[in-house]
Amino acid sequence: MKKIISIVLAAAMMFCLLTACGDSTSTGAVATGASSGAAASAASGNASKIKIGVILVGDETEGYTKAHMDGIDAARQSLGLSEDQVIYMKSIPESSECYDTAIKLIKEDGCSAIFSNSYGHQNYMVQAAQENPDVTFVSMTGDFAAISGCKNMKNAFTDVYQSRYVSGVVAGMKIKELADAGKLTDANKDENGNVKVGYVGAFNYAEVVSGYTAFYLGIKSVYPQVTMYVDYTQSWFDVDKEAAMAEKFIGDGCVIIGQHADSTGAPSACEAAFKAGTTVYSVGYNVDMLDVAPDVALTSASNNWSVYYTYAFKCLIDGTDIKTDWAEGYDTDAVKITKLGTACAEGTQEKVDETIKGLKDGSIKVFDTSTFTVSSDNIAATLKASGAKVTCDSGNKVTSCQIDLSYYDFSTGTPTLVYQGQTIEAIVDGAFSESTFRSAPYFSIRIDGINEAS
Amino acid sequence: MSTEAEKKSSEAAKVPFVRIAKRTALPIWKSWGIRLLSVLLALIISALFIFSVTGLDPIAVYVVMWDGTFKSSYSFITTLRDTAMLLCISVALAPAFRMKFWNIGAEGQVLAGGLCTALVMIYLGNLLPQWLLLPLMFVSAVAGGALWAFIPAWFKARWNTNETLFTLMMNYVAINIVDCLTNIWRGAKSSMGNINASTQAGWFPLIFGYRFTLNIIIVAVLSVGMYMYLRFTKHGYEIAVIGESENTAKYIGINVRKVVVRTMLLSGAICGIAGFITVAGKNMTISSGTAEGFGFTAIIVAWLAKFNPGYMALISFLLIFLQKGATQIASSYAALNDYASSIVTGIILFCILGSEFFVNYSLIFRGKHQKGGEKA
Repeated sequence: MKKIISIVLAAAMMFCLLTACGDSTSTGAVATGASSGAAASAASGNASKIKIGVILVGDETEGYTKAHMDGIDAARQSLGLSEDQVIYMKSIPESSECYDTAIKLIKEDGCSAIFSNSYGHQNYMVQAAQENPDVTFVSMTGDFAAISGCKNMKNAFTDVYQSRYVSGVVAGMKIKELADAGKLTDANKDENGNVKVGYVGAFNYAEVVSGYTAFYLGIKSVYPQVTMYVDYTQSWFDVDKEAAMAEKFIGDGCVIIGQHADSTGAPSACEAAFKAGTTVYSVGYNVDMLDVAPDVALTSASNNWSVYYTYAFKCLIDGTDIKTDWAEGYDTDAVKITKLGTACAEGTQEKVDETIKGLKDGSIKVFDTSTFTVSSDNIAATLKASGAKVTCDSGNKVTSCQIDLSYYDFSTGTPTLVYQGQTIEAIVDGAFSESTFRSAPYFSIRIDGINEAS
Repeated sequence: MSTEAEKKSSEAAKVPFVRIAKRTALPIWKSWGIRLLSVLLALIISALFIFSVTGLDPIAVYVVMWDGTFKSSYSFITTLRDTAMLLCISVALAPAFRMKFWNIGAEGQVLAGGLCTALVMIYLGNLLPQWLLLPLMFVSAVAGGALWAFIPAWFKARWNTNETLFTLMMNYVAINIVDCLTNIWRGAKSSMGNINASTQAGWFPLIFGYRFTLNIIIVAVLSVGMYMYLRFTKHGYEIAVIGESENTAKYIGINVRKVVVRTMLLSGAICGIAGFITVAGKNMTISSGTAEGFGFTAIIVAWLAKFNPGYMALISFLLIFLQKGATQIASSYAALNDYASSIVTGIILFCILGSEFFVNYSLIFRGKHQKGGEKA
């Protein structure tokens, strides 16, 4: 009995200690709560009532999600919304948990708008959108809002292919410098003398194909004799797989490793190989890779999400409808490349500025059909992989590309229509018109010079 | 005189500072008192961790954690749904563990059941009417789960292979088959999305506004059924005897091989049902993450509850409560990310598991023992 009493006493003492330290910190919490409350009341009328829920596939440790959070925070501050008006739900997988989270954000927190940042969230967002017609749902990178028949469902994507093109220009400058300095060996070239580039992709669908093709064409605009190898990790974020794939490319003699995957796996692998004496440089995605790869990171293609979030939040405050499909690029600075690394070739900054200027004034078109060819094998590969019907002239230049924007269920082997969309002609004025018919990328042509792993 | 005193003191030194002795049954209030204290201790340790690492107010963090389950009726009902899923797998494991057959393969058996469900939904979903489709999905899920359990059970019964390794490896086989198939099914998209999104064929009907109401009902029935089965049937008795001593079982004429295979078929079949309700009532799709690691967590649940379905329900609820709390914490505080909140739930779980030691054993300190001796 004595023992029990002594245990209870000890526990009680520790509990007192705990409440004491709890008290001291809770006063701090009250103080910050008051200050944020003041900020909220400073915001005008409707703005102070709005609550926005954000469903994120990762958290701040992961580049893609971090970029979204930075954009949201910037938009929130510029519009005078308080911190508690935006609710982050982090590390929500692309599963029914996304649906659960959306419903909770509406029921528990009273959110009138829900944003999600990963493609796979879209199916669950639309499910919740159908059940909550008064709430606005924005599925970033999604592709079927316009054809889903769900009026409160929206999609948005940046013209990130433009910044990938510019990052390709940076890589091209580096290859040119290496070639001019005689630093490339035969192992760095294929049998036709083309310099090898590797690309760590996530999935073999349009968003990635559009990105790596833009990257390749960017390189080619500076240094035409290149060939690129693309492989897929089947995951958006997998440090080990991305590193392993980069290592394989480096072993095959690639001098530039690009990526459309969210981790630092590939740049780290490049840095390690470079330190071991191999000539290889890295172009990243989303975030500056200079921290993990100071000697080899040239730049990263990235987005400036605050442009979109500012627009969307402003619509919510004003009570106007958000565009069903939003896509903007260098014209509104919604895309960018990160700070150039020290490894970049001389004159890169000038070339980059010139390219961005060209993209802004329309004198440069990323998917200009005169800059690439598509062989009959690649026409067949494109049809097989994506259903896009490509026709070319005698010089293998693309003259037409028919794309069906319908949303299909592929599970049974034969595509089953889920949402009917239009079939569009994507070649407009001698260039492939990307992200204009809907925000999500639909460029899926397999062009010559890029070797996709089958 | 002096030598005797020395001898006495050296004898005292030989008595270990603390001895561990098995307790005889503790009164209920005492055993639950120990458990309650362990929770309190866990909260204190976690509070120290939270405060020292992040400087946040631990009590505010606990309130957020509580919110993970109790913030709204929707939070609560989804907690119940996930509890049902974990409980279902624990119920499946109970008979196998009772028999001391180490079925570490629940994850794979759940996936096998889920995969069979998905296969029927995808390939027959648009051909069969709903009243025929659901029973067919159920039967195929049971068959799939049972098959996944049968293979290691049969090898164990036939050649006495190591069932721990065998069932564990079967998990990876199932995970990779599911990955392979979902990769085909997603087609030109980056994720597969819901199965039969346009027709909703094979989805559970809405009951009280939720599809997973049926999940909770099915698991409740299974739990009661398993309690009766283990407690009141001849099969249950045979399982208990084999678990205590295989030789005794043989001696009294129990066909051990037969019971092993039969019990594992049952275990796998119920895991298959867990896969079925997850795919058709909760996710409406399948991925290699469909079992959510519950196949392993359920092992803890089954053991802690000593195979009593009532306790299993309680412990499942506690674990899901902690999991939901961790998610809520990670989303509410930048300083407490996924990993940090997992540490907090880890501390709580560790203390609760640790308390079972003090429920089952008592510590006898040196001085105390002598006193006890004097009394006697």
